Amino acid sequence: MKRRLLLAVAALVVVGAAAPLLPSYPLTLLTQALISAIFAMSLDVLLGYTGLPSLGHAAYFGVAAYTVAILAVDGRAGFVACVLIALLAAAGTSALFGLLAIRATGTYFLMITLALGMVVWGLAFRWVSMTKGDNGISGVPRPELGLPWNFGAPLPFFYFTLAAAALAWLGLGLLVRSPFGMSLKGIRESESRMRSLGYNVWLHKYLSFVIAGLFAGFAGILWAYYNGFVSPVDVQLVTSVEALLMVALGGSGTLVGPAIGAALIVFLKNFVSVYTKRWLLILGAVYIGVILWAPRGLVGALRADTTPLRGDER
Amino acid sequence: MTAEFWLTQAFNGISYGALLFLLASGLSLIFGVMRIVNLAHGSYFMLGGYVGLSVVWRTGSFVAALACGALAVALIGIGMERLFLRRLAATQTLGQVLMTIGFALIFQDLALLVWGGDPYTITAPPLLSGSVRLGGLHFPAYRLFIVVVAILVGAALWLALEGTRTGAIIRAAVDDAEMAQGVGINVPTVSLLVFALGAGLAALGGVIGGAFLGVYPGADFEVLPYAFVVVIVGGLGSLPGAMIGSLLVGLLDNFGKALFPELSYFTLFAPMALILALRPTGLFGRP
Repeated sequence: MKRRLLLAVAALVVVGAAAPLLPSYPLTLLTQALISAIFAMSLDVLLGYTGLPSLGHAAYFGVAAYTVAILAVDGRAGFVACVLIALLAAAGTSALFGLLAIRATGTYFLMITLALGMVVWGLAFRWVSMTKGDNGISGVPRPELGLPWNFGAPLPFFYFTLAAAALAWLGLGLLVRSPFGMSLKGIRESESRMRSLGYNVWLHKYLSFVIAGLFAGFAGILWAYYNGFVSPVDVQLVTSVEALLMVALGGSGTLVGPAIGAALIVFLKNFVSVYTKRWLLILGAVYIGVILWAPRGLVGALRADTTPLRGDER
Repeated sequence: MTAEFWLTQAFNGISYGALLFLLASGLSLIFGVMRIVNLAHGSYFMLGGYVGLSVVWRTGSFVAALACGALAVALIGIGMERLFLRRLAATQTLGQVLMTIGFALIFQDLALLVWGGDPYTITAPPLLSGSVRLGGLHFPAYRLFIVVVAILVGAALWLALEGTRTGAIIRAAVDDAEMAQGVGINVPTVSLLVFALGAGLAALGGVIGGAFLGVYPGADFEVLPYAFVVVIVGGLGSLPGAMIGSLLVGLLDNFGKALFPELSYFTLFAPMALILALRPTGLFGRP
């Protein structure tokens, strides 16, 4: 346990120390990978730890990203206001959606989260006066914190994202190792047993849903600042499914797995699209290949784990 | 808001619902028998449209386009089921989602490679391009044609499921695949048949929709949510559910777009989320 923590901290320090040596393109890719890692880790709280496969996780990511974009571009709101309101919006959305979704299990949970995700996508796409529809909202300024660094440049913004990612990782790590996180794992393994032990299963699942939404929103805020542009693509079904792929590729039920999966997918997408226009084809093949040959993800394969793929029905 | 507005919109909604029925009935049956959440179902619709387009270009025959589109995509469905989906257990929900979305991405890219990025429209036969006058109102003949096709397909499916031996076998597989296998029904073959039928029906919808909505990249992911909403509202695996669901979704979508253009998707998806929250298995579904 301690060794793994030290290893992870060492990895963070190495990445942080190496960053100034990197040209700006790899640096922006790393930034993107970190944001996707937070997003994927947040989904894994639901998928890997609670055993709930959500097909609409981009909704909370997108609600936060849109909130930042609308507030920062139209309202010229400051950084702190943007972040707080966006987190509130993401948590509020997941708190509302959770009320509808948590009743369902298995395929039906998958379906209702898909539907709820589509509600948000529909608003992003059609509510033109608020979201500018298909054109998206551009020109989101990088945050102004009154610090000596200019976050418009790749390196300072990378450190900014790295700090945020470390914070999210620490928060989620404490969460999944807490008694609460343990009871989530218990629910994943056997809901009926946890119920007969006297646990309020509904409440645990609901809180896990809201927390996952909150952290997805955290990633969405960073995305809005990083990309400077928010559009319906950020909330569409494919974005939700991509997050599932990141978790499945890395290995669900861990935090390191989804982070690695996220980094791999981000690098793959960007490198492949440099060499060929056919990157969708390759991405599609990766989806199929992961399920056929590494159904438990890279971390699972390394551990030679034999437990079934998280998020499946039992 | 005259009576004419309501009538025309209601008719538009019903005809769109009819198209959705072609798409969603297959998805629902596939789920019923195989418990597969198929995110590539919209791709069958799009591929059907593209194949139909090529056939119309070559032969000029709309009927040939319908047949070739449905047949070609049914074959693609057979290949997908036999070679890939069968390897996953019915309980591997997440695996199915990821694998079928992988296929959807591949199909999307292949269609872009073969047919390019421009939108096209399939030319409907002249017989269907006019309008029909009924009680002082004009109804486009093509929309009437869609409704007729959907009614025919629906009736045929209904009769086949309820009245034939094959239909009884399929219903047995839907109700309890393990038990059906136990009494000597070859469930894998039934699954394959249903998968091919579902893919073919979606492609048929794609060809018909190609003369109505057009054939273009992205049509796959545009119709997919609609198909899912129909199936979710109606209940997974239920044919009557797919009928009622298609009508409801067609009407909701059409009136939503006409009355609240800015919230049109919201007026479609929000009622569905509510139905699902109240009846998690949909209107006609069984747990």
